[in-house]
Amino acid sequence: MVNGISIGGIYALMATGYALIYSLLGFSNWAHGDVAMLGAYIGFLCVASAKLPFYLSCIAAILGAGLISIMNERLAYRQIRKNKAPTMFLMIAAMGLSVTFQNMVIVFIGPKFRTFPPVIPVKAIAIGNIKLGVLDLISLCIVLIAVILLEFLINKTKFGLAVRAASTNLNTASLMGINIDYYIALVFFLAGSLAGAAGVLLGLKYTVYPQMGNVSLKAFIASVFGGLGSVRGAIIGALIIGIMEVFISGFVISGLRDLFTFGLLIAILLFKPTGLFGIEVQDKA
Amino acid sequence: MSSYLEGIIILVGINIIAVLGVSVLTGFTRLFSFGNAGFMAVGAYTSAILTTKYHTPFIISIFGGMLVAALISFALGKLTLGLKGDYFLITTLGFGECVRVLIEFLDPITGGARGYAGIPQKTDLTVVVIAVIICIIITRNLITSKYGRNIMAIREQELAAEAVGINTTYFKLLSFTVSAVFAGLAGALFAHYFMFITPGMFNLDKSAELTITVVIGGLGSITGSIIATTILTLLPEILRAVANYRMLLYGISVVLIIILKPNGLMGYKELSFETIKRIKDFIMRKRKEVMAR
Repeated sequence: MVNGISIGGIYALMATGYALIYSLLGFSNWAHGDVAMLGAYIGFLCVASAKLPFYLSCIAAILGAGLISIMNERLAYRQIRKNKAPTMFLMIAAMGLSVTFQNMVIVFIGPKFRTFPPVIPVKAIAIGNIKLGVLDLISLCIVLIAVILLEFLINKTKFGLAVRAASTNLNTASLMGINIDYYIALVFFLAGSLAGAAGVLLGLKYTVYPQMGNVSLKAFIASVFGGLGSVRGAIIGALIIGIMEVFISGFVISGLRDLFTFGLLIAILLFKPTGLFGIEVQDKA
Repeated sequence: MSSYLEGIIILVGINIIAVLGVSVLTGFTRLFSFGNAGFMAVGAYTSAILTTKYHTPFIISIFGGMLVAALISFALGKLTLGLKGDYFLITTLGFGECVRVLIEFLDPITGGARGYAGIPQKTDLTVVVIAVIICIIITRNLITSKYGRNIMAIREQELAAEAVGINTTYFKLLSFTVSAVFAGLAGALFAHYFMFITPGMFNLDKSAELTITVVIGGLGSITGSIIATTILTLLPEILRAVANYRMLLYGISVVLIIILKPNGLMGYKELSFETIKRIKDFIMRKRKEVMAR
């Protein structure tokens, strides 16, 4: 159960990134998982090659992933947005970025699986009959802090107000004097750094490899499950999927885990096409 | 002809068939699918099992693969094409992954993750060339027919297309099925050429590769898709040193093209004999001008 929640939490970190960007620009950022992957690599290289202390490496990974995310927006998405191209083009560009990043890592760092040096003890703490992994507990704490911070940012600050305005309607928000480019960049930074944190946690739990960004598929499904564009929905969706996955691999058949996830996705879309907390998607004419 | 050259032409041909399917779907209908590699897998495995286990003739196995792909795509499309926005894309993506997981899971029938071996090599140059020509003719006829005009109307503006009475769901379903049939055919030819298939050959990366090829070639252009497939398949063969960087180049070029020339190399234009003639005339005229000076 705790294992499920901690995996769900990692998904949640990434799913909120999807949700934030979707609510703002209305497209699915396929490169998001690869930003997480790059974050994990930055963290890994800092710890393993540069021999930096672990906590510094984490911060480097989070900031680095955030910057990469901003760079994506600056170099690719902004230009496409200025071209007034349909959102499908944003999606294709994101796909291209995703392919680029994965292969950049394969070419320059190598396709091998790598494990983090043991920076966090692997041992488990027993509370009564339940054994809890230290790593699971730590990631749970990080996820909780991140989610609470995010909720606070979005609902209580001026930044959140501007973002919420922009996500309702970009053009109107810019007419109201909101510097949308600035806020979009900030949101990308936020989403990227959350992805970086998720990447490091994933890397610690499993291994670091070029295709690890594909895990974001699950996060993406989580954000669809909760309703595209809804941050709260994304978090809840991610937790549900994380717990479900652990239960299915534990009690049913581990090979069929992904099948269940995707099956659930299709089922949800059929019965409630906007997800649990979704907003109506409408084609803009 | 050397067998190496023959192999390359066969590979280009198979890729062209798969890409044409994506071109109909993404380029002409503007539906985005990440599941086409899944349909390739369906075609490949169905036909391979038919020939190897049930000893059906090659042609029938191919049609079997296409038929199964068509049926699955029809059912999937029927369920999901009513969805708006990115949701359709997500279900195709989920489908592609489901196919992979299922093939890995159904070990006794499909050989699981280790792959399916012992498929007789039936695909040769003649078969591929004939298949490619038939596919090009079918696509061209489809696009220039009333069906083509309808799907292009959907591409340009779905709401307006619906308003003038086009049954958008029906035509989207048709596009989706056509693209799946092409993918199934490509998969069947692929299986009978390489004699060995694994689920990993038809993963998300393959789907992405197909879509990227269409984008680079130009959305809404059959010749563009064909040219892009040829170039992108040949490039790593000609420049051996580039082979490692192939997918990296794919990624970078797709981003650049989307930013700088969103319509791709041949977007919404076709290369025909008339175009070639016009280019030739132009060069001749220029040459005459130079000579006259």
